[in-house]
Amino acid sequence: MAWNEPGGSGNKDPWGGGRDQGPPDLDEVVKKMQDKFGSLFGGKKGGAGGGGGGAGKAGSFGFGLIIIVAIVAWALSGIYIIEEGKRGVVLQFGAYKETTLPGPHWYPRFIQSVEEVDISTIRDATIGYRSGGANRTSTAPVERESLMLTQDENIVDVQLAVQYKVKNASDYLFKIKDPDTTLRQSTESAVREIIGKNKMEFVITEGRTEIARRVHDLTQEILDRYETGLEITSVNMQDAQPPEPVQAAFDDAVKAREDNVRLKNEAEAYANDIIPKAQGQAARNIAEANGYKEQVIAEAQGETARFLNLLAEYKKAPEVTRKRLYLETVESVMVNSSKIMVDVKGGNNLLYLPLDRLVEQRIPITIQAPLASESAPVTNQTVEPRRREVIRRGER
Amino acid sequence: MGQAKMLGGIIILALLIVGSFSIFTVHEREKAILFRLGEIVKTDFSPGLYFKMPFVNNVRLFDARIQTLDAEPERYLTSEKKNVIVDAFVKWRIGDVERYFTSTGGDPNTANSRLSQIIKDGLRGEFGKRTIQEVVSGERKEIMDILTSQANEQAKTFGIDLVDVRIKRIDLAKEISDSVYRRMEAERLRVAKDLRARGAETAEIIRAEADRKRTVILAEAYRDAQTIRGEGDGAAAKIYADAYNQDKEFYGLYRSLSAYKNTFADKGDVLVVEPDSEFFKYFK
Repeated sequence: MAWNEPGGSGNKDPWGGGRDQGPPDLDEVVKKMQDKFGSLFGGKKGGAGGGGGGAGKAGSFGFGLIIIVAIVAWALSGIYIIEEGKRGVVLQFGAYKETTLPGPHWYPRFIQSVEEVDISTIRDATIGYRSGGANRTSTAPVERESLMLTQDENIVDVQLAVQYKVKNASDYLFKIKDPDTTLRQSTESAVREIIGKNKMEFVITEGRTEIARRVHDLTQEILDRYETGLEITSVNMQDAQPPEPVQAAFDDAVKAREDNVRLKNEAEAYANDIIPKAQGQAARNIAEANGYKEQVIAEAQGETARFLNLLAEYKKAPEVTRKRLYLETVESVMVNSSKIMVDVKGGNNLLYLPLDRLVEQRIPITIQAPLASESAPVTNQTVEPRRREVIRRGER
Repeated sequence: MGQAKMLGGIIILALLIVGSFSIFTVHEREKAILFRLGEIVKTDFSPGLYFKMPFVNNVRLFDARIQTLDAEPERYLTSEKKNVIVDAFVKWRIGDVERYFTSTGGDPNTANSRLSQIIKDGLRGEFGKRTIQEVVSGERKEIMDILTSQANEQAKTFGIDLVDVRIKRIDLAKEISDSVYRRMEAERLRVAKDLRARGAETAEIIRAEADRKRTVILAEAYRDAQTIRGEGDGAAAKIYADAYNQDKEFYGLYRSLSAYKNTFADKGDVLVVEPDSEFFKYFK
């Protein structure tokens, strides 16, 4: 085959050089054609030199064949397929002609050229940090980008990520040099403008989504003005915090806020502890007082009932009852105590009574002796609740 | 016959060579100037295929896309004589390609350096009139707009259209940013102290109030309890009085006897008695 014959470079093969040819350069195209023709003539010359008379006819036939093959090859080389998610931008003699959708297409090579643009892949740019590592999980901060001034002349450390894609393939290709860098520059400028209009407190606390939204809008506006053909799909504030040199102070302030709440809670816990206890104690005091009241009344009623019953009988026989009561009482007193009878009248006026020794001797016996069951109920029982109170207080 | 073929081939070749010298394309990305023997003939080419005279005409192509001038950050003084470092970028494209070519020689670097001079002068002027506060927050956009329109006037003389002048960064010089950090630290310290003190204050108030409540609760309970006890005592006294009033004399006897019994309940009590009491009436 002619295009495989010696004398030419690989350029001759119409299938080589491929579909991914960039923007056509007519000079180069012409040169290629010249090469091709040059080698054709070379081949023919070689045939004429070696074959003699019959070679002319063979050459003529070969020449025609070559032209047909060349045309077919040219036609086939114009077939291209645009993959899903891409667009083909067709240029005719360098001028924009149309944008083709995914699917098979044909273009006349040398007259038109095609450039493919990926419009579905989401690209991303990061401001203030760079992601690295195998799966882009580790990040390294870029302070030059991340530190920015707020309205109240504080410095914040902001990191954000922008995701974008191509929305207009021809603008993306033809309107601006290096659209992706432009996106970075625009975002950086926009985020600083927005941060510069807000107070630090707002930026690092509740303002994140609001700021991301405004950065999104402003950057998109700038990109549209430059006709970059790019569309921002999302802006994420990865981080907004005080810069590293003052981080400790900020952390401490946050801790102070916690401390503030903690102190309050502790005090409230204290209040919640003592007030119910005091109320309980109060309720106990009142209950005890009520108990005491019932008690003294009941006792009074009991005692008076006893007295009145006795009185009724006493009235029927005062003399005897009086005597009996007297004697019984004196008897029980005498039984329970030591007694010394002294007949003073007519006796010696000087009587030696070692009372203290008598008492001392008696003490062990009195301790062992059971307490008189007839002891007055009033005194005994009024003492008792008080003693109980003392015991309870001791428990608390 | 072979001769004729060869001649034909040579003619085709010659035509192609001449043809290749006599056409040119202007790409979508480009602007072109057509010269005739060094003299500018035509500049307003839209993208497409054009013819020219070989050897007589020649063509120069220029990038028509928006280009970026991203100058090195520069120091500027604000009106309060503070140093700020400003990083700005300029987006421009060739407007008038003829003027662009004659004034810069068609070299984008020359264009960039001229533009950067204009922008720096503009920034210096605008920053000198404003405070940091103003350039950072309030009037950033205003400065950018002023610069864009001012610089555009001058850039027009090089055939350049300024699309935009944007301030990317305004940073404080190192020594100022250090003092900003110190200020921020002091500010946080103040906030932290304030928060802690307020916390202590609130806590103390809550505790004191709780103590007060406890004291009041207990005191009121004491008052009520004493009242109730008094009521009990009163009621009891009334019951006693009502009963004992029925016979005072007998009450005296009854109570005295019961008191004796209680008083001498202990074995340790020593009674020294005379035999002429009523109890010993029959003892003698």
